[in-house]
Amino acid sequence: MHTISLESLIILLYVLVLASYLGFELINKVPPTLHTPLMSGSNAISGITIVGGILACNELGYTSLSKWLGIIGLILATINVVGGYAVTDRMLKMFKKKK
Amino acid sequence: MNILIQVAYLIASVLFIIGIKMLGRTKDARNGNLVSAAGMLVAILATVAQVDAISLTDILICVVIGSAIGLYTAGKVEMTQMPEMVALFNGFGGMASLTVAMSDFWLNTQVNGFQVGPIIGTSAILSIFIGGLTFTGSMIAFLKLNGKISGGSVMFKGQHMINLLLLIAAIVVGVFGMMNQDQPLYFFILIGIALLLGILTVIPIGGADMPVVISLLNSYSGMAACTTGFVLNNNVLIVSGALVGASGIILTQIMCKAMNRSLMNVLLGGFGQTASVAGGDGPEITVKEVGVEEAAMLFDSASSVIVVPGYGMAVAQAQHVIRELSEQCEKRGIDFRFAIHPVAGRMPGHMNVLLAEANISYDKLIEMDEINDDFANTDLVFVVGANDVVNPAARTNPQSPIFGMPILNADKARTVIVSKRSMGKGYAGIENELFGYDNCLMLFGDAKQTITKVVSELKEM
Repeated sequence: MHTISLESLIILLYVLVLASYLGFELINKVPPTLHTPLMSGSNAISGITIVGGILACNELGYTSLSKWLGIIGLILATINVVGGYAVTDRMLKMFKKKK
Repeated sequence: MNILIQVAYLIASVLFIIGIKMLGRTKDARNGNLVSAAGMLVAILATVAQVDAISLTDILICVVIGSAIGLYTAGKVEMTQMPEMVALFNGFGGMASLTVAMSDFWLNTQVNGFQVGPIIGTSAILSIFIGGLTFTGSMIAFLKLNGKISGGSVMFKGQHMINLLLLIAAIVVGVFGMMNQDQPLYFFILIGIALLLGILTVIPIGGADMPVVISLLNSYSGMAACTTGFVLNNNVLIVSGALVGASGIILTQIMCKAMNRSLMNVLLGGFGQTASVAGGDGPEITVKEVGVEEAAMLFDSASSVIVVPGYGMAVAQAQHVIRELSEQCEKRGIDFRFAIHPVAGRMPGHMNVLLAEANISYDKLIEMDEINDDFANTDLVFVVGANDVVNPAARTNPQSPIFGMPILNADKARTVIVSKRSMGKGYAGIENELFGYDNCLMLFGDAKQTITKVVSELKEM
């Protein structure tokens, strides 16, 4: 049986609740000017699944569906992460205040 | 070793939080993005440290391919295309969550022959479901935004009933899949339902409601990453996923509020389709036209100007020539500002990015609530490619579908010039009363061309 204990679940739920609350607090204060970069920047963060993709690619044997799903996931997550950060940086570079 | 990896994940989470915090202040935003990227790098390196040496090549190849595609698209995309770019990346994130959760499930149940416990199982089902929905939903949003498919609302009979039945089917299939883990077919059916549901839920939503859809899909991609964190028992996925999920929900709320509509109303789709019946056509509106010379004279004699940009400005790519217009005005000592409606454009903050690209200082871009009282003391308001967000019917006509929506008080200004391609209706499909007002003049034609002419007239004056 592959499972996680109830104790671990409770800890994970704590993390979830606190992080969500923190997210609401932080993002409520973002001015509308920055909404697009905020969205593409947070979008890049959601590419954190890249971690899961790397672990899934670690399974040996190219005959396993697990490995191939991991490869697809890793490539897509990398596009999301790298592209997301790059495009956010490109946008923020343009936000200038003229004297 | 293991504790070091956990510490690295903790550091990554902290960097994400600091990064998002910094993203909220214009002067720190760029560094904030770098901090968050550094957090990602820490998380990636900590993960790579756990894998077998023999898998490193595979991982490296995938990362190189993904980075190349990501960097290429990010470098090439036009700022006007930013909404579809975000939609596309969003979809990839959702699909990544789906494949990672499915990969883990397959490894446990089919390769290793384990039974998966209820917590991991439920998380995997949620990951697959939300991830799949995010993927096709984002792809439809992407296609709608770049015009590959009609940006309008696609409705058919029984649509909502079908969606509801599919949702119930997904739950049933998920439960069966959990009870018969040696039968992966259930999970494949679940993937199919999620993908189909993503298409069906986004297709009825029209173009101008895209800010809501993109925000919501952004939130979903965070939730998918979060549930994947439960599958892998990994805190950094949960923290980041929750941050993104929360950010998407907040933006969704802001967008809905700015349209005075409930999320449900947006998601059910079909807005504006029946508007002409509901709103009544009312009296015929007669408009006054203005030529470029006269428009230039109005700019020349004004002492304060407010520009109201809308999606039409993005379509016409008129942001750069508007910068030239602002330079001409500022040379004359005219107070020149921009009023930004929260839902102008196709994603939250879309107008700000376009104007920043055109090198317009961000302190000239004023939010609706801050600038709305200033319209009454303004000589000239220039509406470029915006329509519903300046329609006074939102204040005056309880029958109008946009009644109650907060609008920019452009009509209160001494003179209003509206740059518009034709007399076509806005997204809500209703006539704009403003165009018939005594103080309103229409400058017909392609925004970029007409404004260019106005600028050259001003240069000669």
